[in-house]
Amino acid sequence: MSHPYLSLENVGMDFTVGGRVFHAVTDVNLAIERGQFVSIIGHSGCGKSTLLNIVAGLARCTEGGVILDGQEVNSPGPDRAVVFQNHSLLPWLTAYQNVRLAVDKVFGGRKSTTERHDWTLHNLRLVHMDHAVDKRPDELSGGMKQRVGIARALAMEPKVLLMDEPFGALDALTRAHLQDTVMEIQTRLNSTVIMITHDVDEAVLLSDRIVMMTNGPSATIGEVLAVDLPRPRRRLDLSDDARYIGYRAAVLRFLYERHAKHEAA
Amino acid sequence: MSTISENGAVGRVQGGGGLAALAATLHSALVRARTKLLDLLPLVVALVTLLGLWELACRGAGSSLPPPSRVVTDTWPLIIDPFFDNGGVDKGLFWHLTASLERVAIGFALSSITGIALGVLIGQSSLAFRGLDPIFQVLRTVPPLAWLPISLAAFRHADPSAIFVIFITSIWPIILNTAVGVRQIPQDYRNVARVLRLSPLEFFFRIMLPATVPFIFTGLKIGIGLSWLAIVAAEMLIGGVGIGFFIWDAWNSSLMSEIILALVYVGLVGFILDRVITLIGNRVAGRKVG
Repeated sequence: MSHPYLSLENVGMDFTVGGRVFHAVTDVNLAIERGQFVSIIGHSGCGKSTLLNIVAGLARCTEGGVILDGQEVNSPGPDRAVVFQNHSLLPWLTAYQNVRLAVDKVFGGRKSTTERHDWTLHNLRLVHMDHAVDKRPDELSGGMKQRVGIARALAMEPKVLLMDEPFGALDALTRAHLQDTVMEIQTRLNSTVIMITHDVDEAVLLSDRIVMMTNGPSATIGEVLAVDLPRPRRRLDLSDDARYIGYRAAVLRFLYERHAKHEAA
Repeated sequence: MSTISENGAVGRVQGGGGLAALAATLHSALVRARTKLLDLLPLVVALVTLLGLWELACRGAGSSLPPPSRVVTDTWPLIIDPFFDNGGVDKGLFWHLTASLERVAIGFALSSITGIALGVLIGQSSLAFRGLDPIFQVLRTVPPLAWLPISLAAFRHADPSAIFVIFITSIWPIILNTAVGVRQIPQDYRNVARVLRLSPLEFFFRIMLPATVPFIFTGLKIGIGLSWLAIVAAEMLIGGVGIGFFIWDAWNSSLMSEIILALVYVGLVGFILDRVITLIGNRVAGRKVG
């Protein structure tokens, strides 16, 4: 029998706050094939980030487990590289050095110094940041920082790339540019990606499948929508594509009709 | 004829260009010098005013303190020759300052290493924090000189006692600032380290130290200031060569002018120490420390 590349099995997460047990996430079952781009969408507080942290190994789930490529996940590692929401570049290192730190750590024993240098530059080129390799994070714009963050994650050659609202802090234009870059890279490298988002357009544009989460507490997967749009996708062509509009409406209906958040936002 | 005049004209134009360039450089140098001087002007005015007031206040015959003009004439031999050495404690100010700086250097080096290590410990481990922080908070309020009798009793020699006083005075701000720095390391950096599977040693050198450098240097700056405060006081009590003893000795001989001169030197050296630490901090951090 064939196992999926990445599977979440009965994943649950309880927090104990002041002696009371709080079920943040319960009964999450998800199978992801190699090369798939999966978005997880839901209202804030639905445990999306918790789920991503569990896959990353940054948090241990209290129930169930995560299996990646036949191995159980129980600690963080470079095979599940994370692109953090606020880039998390080390401010005292240049763009090059930030990526190089990851490259040295992951390939230190396997690649020569020249190979590691070339690999670092190669990944910065992938995200179109080869013009600013010697800049420090505070000299880069928000979008550029996030590009370097993506380069750092890609440079680890992860089995699955985890992105935690990677474009949440960016303006609309920069966000569109970065989405295009990510699509281009994902098609080229056939990466397996899990992305947390709360942007419906972003989810439909980028994903093969959209996982929609119900509201917490005890959040779980409400629905999974397969997005069957041909790649490469171009946002302009899609904007009046009937299928695209249909997918978009389906996600919106889930979020705002069936699982609307009732408290004041 | 015409060619000659042409050449001459060309030559003249070139010469004029050279002159103009020279004039321009000279002008910009002058402008820069003038802005520098203008920057210093308020300081000069303040200094002259203060010295003038002091001169006026202490000018009278019955004055208990000498005016600045007297200070300079009285101490002129000390000012022009800081390097004399007549044996014993009869040395130039340079030697006294060097002796004090040596004690500070040793005490401060020890407190820096120990302070950073302890700061990392209580910053990183909440158990250590809960155990040690209250003790540190109490001990850091003990005045420097209160440690002197105990250290004299323990070390039985003047020099190590003075060094211990420096150590114990300057260590607290270093510990506490380092600990604050370690505790404020963003969770994001820790997550990066965990994803990359950095070893504890790699984490220390590649993340913790660079992330904490601005805090450490704030602690070191306060620490070096306190060291310099403490050494003068400690040396007054333990004797020997040192700027503190020099002041005490001058007091015992009623040489007020020498005390005032020594105070000026103490102030200037303290200021330089502070600048040096800031400079090193900026270098190490590769950015402004503050």
